[in-house]
Amino acid sequence: MHVTSSVRPPLVTGGKKYEDVTQDICKQVEGAPSTAWKIAFSFSVLIFIYGGYCLWMTWYDGIGMWGLNKTIGWSWDITNFVWWVGIGHAGTLISAVLLLFRQKWRTSINRAAEAMTIFAVICAATFIIAHMGRPWLGYWVLPLPNAFGSLWVNFNSALMWDVFAISTYFSVSLLFWYVGLIPDFATIRERATGIRRVIYGALSFNWDGSAKTWSRYEAVSLVLAGVATPLVLSVHTIVSMDFATSIIPGWHTTIFPPYFVAGAIFSGFAMVLSLMLVTRVLYNLEDYITIEHIESMNKIILTTGSIVGIAYLTEFFMAWYSGVYYEAFAFQNRAFGPYWWAYASMMTCNVVTPQLFWFRKIRRSLVWTFILSIIVNIGMWFERFVIICTSLSRDFIPSSWAMFSPTMYDVGDFLFTFGLFFTCFLLFAKYFPVINMAEVKAIMKSSSEKKQ
Amino acid sequence: MKEKNKVFWKGVEELHNEPEFIKNNLNEFPESVLAKGAAASDESAPDRRDFLKLVGFSVAAATLAACEAPVKKAIPYLNKPEEIEPGIANWYATTYTEGGDYASILVKTREGRPIKIEGNKLSSVTGGATSARVQASVLSLYDTERLKGVQVAGKASSWEVADAAIVDRLSKISQEGGAIRIVSSTILSPTTWKAIAEFKSKYPTTEHVVYDAISSSAISKANAASFGKAVIPSYRFDKADTIVSFGADFLCTWGAGDYSTDFSKNRKLNKNKKTMNRLYAFESSLSLTGSNADFRAPIKLSQEGLFVAELYNRLTSSRINTEAVKNDILDKAVTDLLASKGKSIVVSGSNDVNIQILINEINLALGNYGSTIDLSTPVNYRLGDDEKMNQFVDDLKGGKVAAVIFYAANPAYDHPRAEDIKAGLKQTKLSISFADRADETASLVEYIAPDHHYLESWNDAEPKAGFYSLAQPTIAPLFKTRQAQESLLKWSGNNADYYTYLKNNWASSILNGVSWDKALHDGVYEGASTSSEAAPSSSSFNGADVAAGISKVYTSAAKGIDLKLYEKVGIGSGVQANNPWLQELPDPISKATWDNYLAVSKKYADDNKLEEGALVKIKVGNKELAKAVPVLIQPGQAQGTASLALGYGREKAGKVGTGVGANAFALTTVQNGLVQYSAFNVTITPTGEFSKIAQTQTHHTIMNRPIVQDATLKEYQANPTAGRFFPTVTTPDGKVAPAKVDIWKDQHVQPNHKWGMSIDLNTCLGCGACVIACQAENNVPVVGKREVINRREMHWIRIDRYYSSAAEPKETGVYFKGEGDLEMPEENPQVTFQPMMCQHCNHAPCESVCPVAATTHSTEGLNQMTYNRCVGTRYCANNCPYKVRRFNWFKYFDNEEVFDKNTSMNTALGRMVLNPDVTVRSRGVMEKCSMCVQRIQEGKLTAKKEKRKIKDGEINIACAAACATGAITFGDQNDPESQVSLENDDLNKDRAYAVLEELNVQPNVFYLTKIRNI
Repeated sequence: MHVTSSVRPPLVTGGKKYEDVTQDICKQVEGAPSTAWKIAFSFSVLIFIYGGYCLWMTWYDGIGMWGLNKTIGWSWDITNFVWWVGIGHAGTLISAVLLLFRQKWRTSINRAAEAMTIFAVICAATFIIAHMGRPWLGYWVLPLPNAFGSLWVNFNSALMWDVFAISTYFSVSLLFWYVGLIPDFATIRERATGIRRVIYGALSFNWDGSAKTWSRYEAVSLVLAGVATPLVLSVHTIVSMDFATSIIPGWHTTIFPPYFVAGAIFSGFAMVLSLMLVTRVLYNLEDYITIEHIESMNKIILTTGSIVGIAYLTEFFMAWYSGVYYEAFAFQNRAFGPYWWAYASMMTCNVVTPQLFWFRKIRRSLVWTFILSIIVNIGMWFERFVIICTSLSRDFIPSSWAMFSPTMYDVGDFLFTFGLFFTCFLLFAKYFPVINMAEVKAIMKSSSEKKQ
Repeated sequence: MKEKNKVFWKGVEELHNEPEFIKNNLNEFPESVLAKGAAASDESAPDRRDFLKLVGFSVAAATLAACEAPVKKAIPYLNKPEEIEPGIANWYATTYTEGGDYASILVKTREGRPIKIEGNKLSSVTGGATSARVQASVLSLYDTERLKGVQVAGKASSWEVADAAIVDRLSKISQEGGAIRIVSSTILSPTTWKAIAEFKSKYPTTEHVVYDAISSSAISKANAASFGKAVIPSYRFDKADTIVSFGADFLCTWGAGDYSTDFSKNRKLNKNKKTMNRLYAFESSLSLTGSNADFRAPIKLSQEGLFVAELYNRLTSSRINTEAVKNDILDKAVTDLLASKGKSIVVSGSNDVNIQILINEINLALGNYGSTIDLSTPVNYRLGDDEKMNQFVDDLKGGKVAAVIFYAANPAYDHPRAEDIKAGLKQTKLSISFADRADETASLVEYIAPDHHYLESWNDAEPKAGFYSLAQPTIAPLFKTRQAQESLLKWSGNNADYYTYLKNNWASSILNGVSWDKALHDGVYEGASTSSEAAPSSSSFNGADVAAGISKVYTSAAKGIDLKLYEKVGIGSGVQANNPWLQELPDPISKATWDNYLAVSKKYADDNKLEEGALVKIKVGNKELAKAVPVLIQPGQAQGTASLALGYGREKAGKVGTGVGANAFALTTVQNGLVQYSAFNVTITPTGEFSKIAQTQTHHTIMNRPIVQDATLKEYQANPTAGRFFPTVTTPDGKVAPAKVDIWKDQHVQPNHKWGMSIDLNTCLGCGACVIACQAENNVPVVGKREVINRREMHWIRIDRYYSSAAEPKETGVYFKGEGDLEMPEENPQVTFQPMMCQHCNHAPCESVCPVAATTHSTEGLNQMTYNRCVGTRYCANNCPYKVRRFNWFKYFDNEEVFDKNTSMNTALGRMVLNPDVTVRSRGVMEKCSMCVQRIQEGKLTAKKEKRKIKDGEINIACAAACATGAITFGDQNDPESQVSLENDDLNKDRAYAVLEELNVQPNVFYLTKIRNI
């Protein structure tokens, strides 16, 4: 009993039929890898290997390989961690929240966005492990029963909450993503022969396509969407508490949870756009990911970007209004201290440039969207850097003030996650259906259209 | 017998002894485990599950057995020495000497290894004070670069061979009438003097030349001229109300005397004593003394003499004819000196006789002799005679010296005429050195007969006339070295071992019948004051000559840059340059490590477009520094002056000290027979290259935050809370103290003890002895220059040094304000030192954020670190408002390729210095001050064994014990009678504040406001 406004344009263009959808999506999975894919994949693997070397050296010799010091105990590591977790927000938001809100345009992009979420969370998790002084004991942060007596984790610590938040988010996202993949794997299975048929058959858990199965599928999707929706809010709320529950001026702020969530959606959507714009062209998916999709996402970027901008200004207001000297100093120092350039980059990329999306032309321009989506991600990286590094570099005791300069291992470990991310994403794009065929088919007919 | 015939049974079955039991008992193994399967029908046959269990167990057991377990050697004593109880420390009283530097000390040995040095409170000369160098000297004992035996022409040899050859050649030279010279630094030991005398009588052509690397010759010469006694008097800074110093860094290195204890006695304030001394400093470079001065005037070195003469003219009725200088601070000093006649001291660090004569006249005019200056009990710290040494170098160069013996002397490195000495040594027929390593001088001699380390030696010392001190070995000699005195005796034909010789000498000429054992136990023997001489009331003074001498050297017209060569508190004259603890000890003022540098004023740097770290070449006359040194912009550096530390640039010190910095001794000169440590009109040429200076602190102002709270004495007298900052938090009920606002119930209850500290900012002079004491006590690693540049030094206690800024408001107690650039230090700043270590917060921000609960609170108020639980997230360090947590960025032990400078953890010998009560931390864990928990534990156990409560003062922590001025007090805050409670809650209640009280982290460390006498 859906009622759709008749003025709304169709979500899939080009007069596609159901078999066209299957054909368009499956041919990427079934065909030989393209040259562009091979080049991109080799490049990703190379970065992955180089980054892996840097990560190994960090692991082998110690955290001292990074540029951290007695004053700045976190810098690029946690910046990257928060950045990746933020990126990992869009997927669940698109799939879960938009599902609940019955935003049908999400169907063309949710699969890739979810995949991106999963890979981004894995990248983030590498920093959780890598930033530890003794990563081989990383499992100690889990509340595992042990033989050491009453040795237990500290539930007061925000890092502990992080462990729960991230692992829950990852599990639910993975499950949600995989459940969505099952009918599509069955479609591929049906078209495949030989060993491929066996593999995709196994991946599809022998999906039989009966009405009962579909009904269960929908029910599970809805339940998972219900479970995942609060997680969208909780994960970055808890990540923000890593900072908000501390006493460092610039970290110790109650505005952090909403501000971080908005920032996460902001950067997540930007990353989805960057990736989808490329995939769309390479895979000729213009009819599925239309300019309408892009515009909708740009609107969300504009909204969340503005929320973030207001949060930045509120922080300044609060620093002044609180009358706390250290707080006021921390924010002055952000804007005018030795790291002013990072703050300026953040403001330009996150607050100023996304305002260009007020212009419809820019919102609907592929080139502009691509450039701005990259800028947003750069800006969001700087946001985390500004919060983490500049706050630590000058806190209470002036004798300990210090500066941070990254080493090749800071850079290398960041590159490692890029290598990991793109290697995974490219494998996904090649071997998994990048668009949810089953759900796209369900929205091909607008209810206002005449029945064929 | 019958009574003993008891029956023991293992179970009720055995007691009843039923047939079934007897039958089963015959089987060695219970049937239920192994005997299954006798028949298939048997119910107890092993089934599949049992089989799998057994297989599983066997595989696991075999696998585990195959794993390699680390081999740890703990070899018990075969024959345990009577005095050694494993785990219990033995303490020996002994004496530290390095040249003329002296300290009476107690050495802590564990299982026969000396591991820590504490001051000996029985000594009235040092009063239990130790300096950073004394504290660090225990590591020098375990220096792998020490020679392992006698060396002949650069090759290892045996003592017999060397002795025979040396005696043979000495006799020959002596018979031929060839000159034999013993060159040494100041020798404090009367028995060594006796041994040298014996050597002289055997070889009558011998002369003993004493010189000091950093000479005070001018003082004894001036005293000879004024009072006919070529001595250095002892000073009583505790009796002085006004002290004026012209470049004499007496709180740090001047004259080797430890005057900081005496000085600070009169700086302590409390509710019953609200007066203190006032210190004036006139100096070119900012020294430790200058930074603790109430009034400091930066002056050019080329005007130093004029200032002293001006002071003389203003204080006395007679005038000498020198150029007049004007200075506000000098005016103030004159007023104060006149008001405190007989209770003042004027000192100068100059090695110019004319200045020192004037200083004598000033002190005489002020009536200080007999009250604050004691000429009748001279100190022996600096006995060097520059003129005699100069004559020796002339003789050596002229080929007139046949044989030379160097004892505790390294003139090829630290004498202005080192090049002449190097050249002259080639012309000698016999050259011997007692150096412990092939240093710059020893590597040029034929025989190196290495002396014991002082911790391996018997010896004595007479630092001050009539005050004796004994040294005893605390460990058997590590190598085949031999005590220098014994070598001298042996070569003079006396085969007595030095111990017997020393004991006999003490019995015959020192002890006066007092027990040797007691003297040895106490470490010191202080006879009744030897002299009852009256203080001089007049002097011979030729004003015209002095005026002429002053006018010849000093003028206010000099335009060029003056260079001051000074000693650093850690490295001194460079003898212990191979000690990594000292190399990494931050300079109290510049906070620089691992380097010497040219300190210049900001104006000079700006005018010459020099950035910090720019390398420059320095030329004094025709002498040039071998290496370019980096420039450091030093607030407080007088305009037109620069300064450079001595003791660096060792070429043959060892792997730690070699090549660190540049040798500034090359720029010293000999003028009128005396060595001069200042030079006028030097040439400074930038090379265009850069070298980063490894500083542990790079931001220098306090930003007007109430982290340091200070006031003037007048304000304090009027209001004991002057300068205090009382933070408040706004609540619906109005403004309240932060401690009143708390969402937590007090979780940490400390029913028994509540350990805490009180740190008096007024008496902390910033010297850094506590840093080294802590490093030795707690096995703190050395990280090397690169890692200090990376801001990763590991010290658990640091001394923050803050310069005042011109932007700060002048009113006392006004914080968080500033007009202008608060980050810019003043041109001549006020300096504050603040020791900073873990504050052991009762609401510790570090504890709540650790995900694995590796840092927790003890029931005694300690914030404890559990190293083996730490996974290294560093959240605690980030969340520490005091930034006192230190992370093990790398593996600092057993990692010689990277951290070879961390000798105490990377060589088998170096590791002997480690404190076995303190864990060596692994890579990736956090560490920090533990408030010497091992000492607390030891004290508690001792008290428990004796079934009593702990007495206050029984437990002391390493930093507090090392502090010469008693600035750090440690104790139980639950005990209202303890010293720490008295300081914080009674005597200085109004001065005691917690740093960052507004955060309500409730530290257990309190600071007492800094009061300046201005």
